[in-house]
Amino acid sequence: MFYYVVKRLCSAVFIMWAVTTLVFFAMRLVPADPAEVILGDNATEESLQAIREKTGLNLPVLTQYRIFMSGLMHGDLGRSMINNQSVSEQIAALFPYTLELALASLFIGAAIGIPLGVLTAVRRNSWVDYLGRIFALSGFSFPAFYLGILLLLVFSVYLQWFPVVHTFNVGGWVERIEKLVLPALSLGIIQAAYITRLTRSSMLEQLELDYVRTARAKGISESSIQYKHVLRNVMIPVITAIGLYTGAILGGAVLTETVFNRPGIGKLLVGAIAQRDYTLIQSGLMVFALIVVLINLLVDLSYTLFDPRVKYE
Amino acid sequence: MSDSGEATPIASDTPSIYRQEIFNVFIKTLRSDPPALIAAIFILALVFVAVFAPWVAPYDPLSQNIINAFSSPSAQHWFGTDEYGRDLLSRLIYGARPALIVGVFSVVLAMLIGVPIGMMAGLLLGQFDRIVGWAVDILLAFPPLLMALLIVTLLGTSLPMLVLAISISSIPMFIRLARGSTLVIKNFDFVHMARSYGASNVRIISYHVLPNIIGPIIVIGTLSIAGAVREEASLSFLGMGVLPPAASWGNLIRDGINNLFDAPSLSILPGAFLTLTVLAFNMLGDTLRDILDPRGITTRTTTKK
Repeated sequence: MFYYVVKRLCSAVFIMWAVTTLVFFAMRLVPADPAEVILGDNATEESLQAIREKTGLNLPVLTQYRIFMSGLMHGDLGRSMINNQSVSEQIAALFPYTLELALASLFIGAAIGIPLGVLTAVRRNSWVDYLGRIFALSGFSFPAFYLGILLLLVFSVYLQWFPVVHTFNVGGWVERIEKLVLPALSLGIIQAAYITRLTRSSMLEQLELDYVRTARAKGISESSIQYKHVLRNVMIPVITAIGLYTGAILGGAVLTETVFNRPGIGKLLVGAIAQRDYTLIQSGLMVFALIVVLINLLVDLSYTLFDPRVKYE
Repeated sequence: MSDSGEATPIASDTPSIYRQEIFNVFIKTLRSDPPALIAAIFILALVFVAVFAPWVAPYDPLSQNIINAFSSPSAQHWFGTDEYGRDLLSRLIYGARPALIVGVFSVVLAMLIGVPIGMMAGLLLGQFDRIVGWAVDILLAFPPLLMALLIVTLLGTSLPMLVLAISISSIPMFIRLARGSTLVIKNFDFVHMARSYGASNVRIISYHVLPNIIGPIIVIGTLSIAGAVREEASLSFLGMGVLPPAASWGNLIRDGINNLFDAPSLSILPGAFLTLTVLAFNMLGDTLRDILDPRGITTRTTTKK
């Protein structure tokens, strides 16, 4: 187990290195000069040169790479090329917003998706099943930002239950939750659709297996079979999928953040990409990769909770 | 849904019969499954409208008429007009073009790259498989939307670049699918036999493995079109996909959101078209899965993003 975790962490470091290095060289190989983007079209050659010197863009690419890497080794993610703010501070300031959005939507997704998936599988071909499947298929097809706009229209513009304009850093935790509800719902409903589909299909697969027949033959009640025996086995594919979606959820959160005008690292990175802020893009994508890899590790480790037969080597 | 039974791998000398049978089953399924039939008709209609947009659209999607801005739906403008008085219906019709072009071609590109690599990895295993595995892990560590954004920003926003940017995030899925299915197929006798008479790896892959895994690939491909259409709209919504004044459902929604109070239909309608299109491809993919992949290879070897 310990050996397994160490091995996975090493591969995590390798993936993070590969991601940053790829992004680093890809950005420097294309013919786009960030200095020109920063200063605009009317910049003089001297001011362009000054920016290049300040940000180190005038140095040979390999030297830039060595400086960046040695910074990373010392835990320094570098400074933004646009506003000279520390990248780690910017990410740390915005990360809580993205994290609360991701966790809240995941909670909504699991709270709706898992019970609905079980219900539709158990009552296969009943009206509950049909409604559940329609919900899952349409939720699966809704772009999160479009669902966000519809929720905003219904609950903020017409019903006026929630504020339309979101200002942050004001108000206590009640206001903060108020601002979280609609964005979390718009992402969460879509996740619920994914989780419903997956829970239903793996539940149906499990219900056919021999151990269910044995349990029935022993006279165990149907609900006990469903929740104690089958659900446990269903959790593994469901949790795997949740882990795999995490990257997409975090990356996709930028759309929700844009619709609701929420701060977050998705929006931070989109801004950085638009402004060709090389340092912020490199380090930001590396942090993303770290999150994705760590969540997948946690997912793999959680398998033992649901299935004691799983051993790590 | 369909009752096509166990699709045992069929030796490579009978693909034409197999294909004919699949097509018949497909038509039969569509007849007995109204929602799938509606989805298929919707997609056909959308393709028709996109191809013949200049003849179908009532107005030029770019012609402005400021006096007539924000007009409500009427006999002249079925869906009303936008902030510049442009006909929304015509813009929606033209918006189907980038959606379908990017949706279909990015998936085709991802297949052309991912499937051969995946089959080779599954067939050869060893060092090559390990390197491919690393590449897949690295690609999966990038959030798909941000990676597409980065590519489009660096290489410029044009339709071919959008296709490239969006295809990259679906490559890992096709690699995994092709690799996983190849691992199963390569143990069948007909592959061993082909090997025994000296068939090369390329020949085994293209004549013996590919015909037997094409079903699951088409299923995942159809479902991926749904994802790619959504991705194109997302990029355009963020202002980095199809650039205005050209119409795309994503940038129509983006324009509409600025007038959410006065003219909500400007963002509701493009979003509805987008959602229905994604839904139709998902439904078609599900129907194809019942026909082409009754053993569920697609769900076991890949998990869609």
